[in-house]
Amino acid sequence: MTLSRRARLALRLVMWLGLAVIYVPLLVVLINSFNSSRTFGWPPQGFTWRWWQATANNDGVRRALVTSVIVGLAATGIALLLGTMLAFAVARYRFFGRDVVSFLVILPIALPGIVTGIALNAAFTAGGFPFGYLTVVVGHATFCIVVVYNNVLARLRRTGTSLEEASMDLGANTFRTFALVTFPQLRSALLAGALLAFALSFDEIVVTTFTTSPGLQTLPIWIFGNLFRPNQAPVVNVVAAALIVASIIPIWAAQRLSSESSGGRL
Amino acid sequence: MLWLVVAYLGSLVVMFTAAFWRVDSFTGALIRVPTDDNFRALVEQSVYRRVALRSLGVAAVVTVVDALLALPMAVYMAKVASPRLRNLLVAAVLTPLWASYLVKGYAWRTMLSGDGVLNWALEPLGLKGPGFGLPATTLTLAYLWLPFMVLPIYAGLDRIPDSLLEAAGDLGATAGRTFRTVVLPLVFPALVAGSIFTFSLSLGDYIMVKIVGGRSQLFANIIYDNIGVANNLPFAAAAAFFPVVVIVLYLTLVRRTGALDNL
Amino acid sequence: MLRRRTMGRRGALGVAVFAAVTLVLAGCGGSDSGGDGGNGSSALPSPPKMELPQTLGSPEGELNIIAWAGYAENGSNDKSVDWVTPFTESTGCKVNVKIGNTSDEMVTLMKTGQYDGVSASGDASLRLIYGGTVAPVNTDLVPNYASVAEFLKKRPWNSVNGQMYGIPHGWGANVLMTRTDVVKPAPDSWGAVFDANSPYKGKVTAYDSPIYIADAALYLKATKPDLNITNPYELDDKQFTASVDLLKQQRSLIGEYWSDYTKEVQAFESGDSVIGTGWQVNANLINGGTKAKVSAIVPKEGSTGWSDTWMIAANAKHPVCMYKWMDWIISPTTNAQVAEWFGEAPAQTQACDQTSDKAFCDTYHALDADYAGKISYWTTPTTSCGDDRGNVCKDYAAWTQAWTEIKG
Repeated sequence: MTLSRRARLALRLVMWLGLAVIYVPLLVVLINSFNSSRTFGWPPQGFTWRWWQATANNDGVRRALVTSVIVGLAATGIALLLGTMLAFAVARYRFFGRDVVSFLVILPIALPGIVTGIALNAAFTAGGFPFGYLTVVVGHATFCIVVVYNNVLARLRRTGTSLEEASMDLGANTFRTFALVTFPQLRSALLAGALLAFALSFDEIVVTTFTTSPGLQTLPIWIFGNLFRPNQAPVVNVVAAALIVASIIPIWAAQRLSSESSGGRL
Repeated sequence: MLWLVVAYLGSLVVMFTAAFWRVDSFTGALIRVPTDDNFRALVEQSVYRRVALRSLGVAAVVTVVDALLALPMAVYMAKVASPRLRNLLVAAVLTPLWASYLVKGYAWRTMLSGDGVLNWALEPLGLKGPGFGLPATTLTLAYLWLPFMVLPIYAGLDRIPDSLLEAAGDLGATAGRTFRTVVLPLVFPALVAGSIFTFSLSLGDYIMVKIVGGRSQLFANIIYDNIGVANNLPFAAAAAFFPVVVIVLYLTLVRRTGALDNL
Repeated sequence: MLRRRTMGRRGALGVAVFAAVTLVLAGCGGSDSGGDGGNGSSALPSPPKMELPQTLGSPEGELNIIAWAGYAENGSNDKSVDWVTPFTESTGCKVNVKIGNTSDEMVTLMKTGQYDGVSASGDASLRLIYGGTVAPVNTDLVPNYASVAEFLKKRPWNSVNGQMYGIPHGWGANVLMTRTDVVKPAPDSWGAVFDANSPYKGKVTAYDSPIYIADAALYLKATKPDLNITNPYELDDKQFTASVDLLKQQRSLIGEYWSDYTKEVQAFESGDSVIGTGWQVNANLINGGTKAKVSAIVPKEGSTGWSDTWMIAANAKHPVCMYKWMDWIISPTTNAQVAEWFGEAPAQTQACDQTSDKAFCDTYHALDADYAGKISYWTTPTTSCGDDRGNVCKDYAAWTQAWTEIKG
């Protein structure tokens, strides 16, 4: 698009302004993790490493972190499997209710988390299922599947079936074709989907609140319980700051990988 | 696969059936006699209508604000920035998704507080920040969902081949005209796709308003207060009909625009 | 890959079948069978019959409890404030504590069946008893119960027909908290939070629960005697409407409604709230920090308050640990620690010798039955007015709905 210099300048300005808006609160969090005041008055009065040390020693945080990672990996795993299968079904086959399915699949992510949470809670209670890892993972899987499904579906639609058909014509059976032809094409879409699914699961609080058991805390649940506590709030800040910093790596990796397919996609 | 899909739908069905029951007000036991008491209460009492409209309003404003901010950002990212910068920018927009939703809300709470950053920055100008309340909630929600709006629009713009835009230019259209007549119609489904997220996420949110909302309440709070606190599942389920119906309606309307392919 | 073709057709059928099955399950399972669906008639049905345990076995190794903030401290708030770890060391029961912010929350959480016990206030205890959620307690199995203050035993909120349903924990009043540096002169009346022309508009706070309506009623009891309010929990239509109207008017003064105690602490420390109803433990936390100073008083109109009881779940998974916890929490040393940390009167009479502040029990009138009788303890409103008005009072469902309206 041939844009005038003024237009380019204006756009660049908005871009950086937008980024500033996005990152200022995160910077506040980062700075506050070093703030010597316990209650984050602004501007910060002093600088200290105390909170980072306290977090490293905090048992509750460690356990919550581990729980979140386990749940995230499990939910993402299920999502990869089921989401891909569903995407294949929708993209490659015609079946009764196909449109309905593609509509229904969106629901877990489109409907408010609280609705999903209450529904699952009521169902689990009625069915007598014990609350625990399984129920939490199931809750997360419902929306993780959507994310993977979308990515894979978009990729399948773009790549078409010609390569697969060619491979089958050349004598490869279904599994060989999948492993050697289809999968490599899907890889980056799967990775992007997996990363986003993991991120969503890692950060999920609402559905988790309704599907967890008393002793099981994911990181967001732990954060929610400690958010306002005078002595714990700095630890929460540190956790957040650490997450922000640590997340740059997977995001960067995801970006490099999906850049072959013209940009990130939800 | 089947059991998961069915479990999800089944649980929704269970919940919505409960909407037709009621609880004994003293013991909290479920009385499984069908009645439309809950729905009648929701419709007749003005407070629910007011809160519902308020929530719709907040969700709409959040969507509009995000769209207005996201569009120029996405245009810059997709069409103006160099390829290397582009990757960086997408990563930059995505990274905040990993910072905990709660912490971002909390950051806004400290920023909006009486002695927080916002007041500190506005003081020399003689202004005051909005403090806690509905504007603060809208602001925070718009902040939280911005990446969800930027990315689909970016993806949509990315799909528009540059050749198309150059052709428009060759045919004599100014940048503005090209944008209005060529880009916007093509990116519209992506815009709508982004709006699905911002709208439904805002409509269903009950946590942010507890953190920065001061004394206000949104519709999702009514659902939460009735299920999480008052143990009145039937009423909560009945109330839950509202956002679900709105969103399903939105999705059906939106299907035609092809937005669902753009998610 | 070819399998998927048939999945779709069977899929729709499967959905229908599963949904039907789930519905049936939901219809059969789920809620308690006890407690018929009365809507709060004056003659309450009897609570479901449950067996009293006669002996305690060995502790199960774990315990899940719901507690008010400050009742089960494990050192995470303040390293020196910890009576949970010694309990775990002595009994081997690992304790998972869930903080309940309001009585409503606690009732809901108890009903999930995932917890072994709860520290219930009077506005939750009866609901739990009659709903069959909690079991009667064999007080012979709780040695420290013997020396609990007599005026807390066999009261209407913790017993039915002489059978105790829990172990008294402590009691206290909801206080009026004010920032001493902002609110001058220091108020002595609840009128300060209801005053339409308050100079602190936008910085007033109130407790986010329908039970707060009783606070308005209590204020009206003193200021509008022609309403004839005797018990702030037994309000007929006229009294109820007056209270609700007062709260609707108060809303314009409110900055934030609080239920999470730490949120109130933070709001007072940052100056977003400067006056409002609070708990002594909140005031203690604020005054223990360096950011702000608050005063906490019981105004001249009196206060609502709570008298809390530890109750054991009906089908508790760890009943022995729960009994051990109940005995532990009212042991003299521990009860003294809790009472001092939270700022309430201990139920255990022997705790008064164990408090670090020797005048503690006097300050909190711990052994004063008369004083204790003057607080309007949280209790579940029912339609029964308890006097010659009959059954025309507002029940808790009406209070809950009104609360949603008040918040607007």
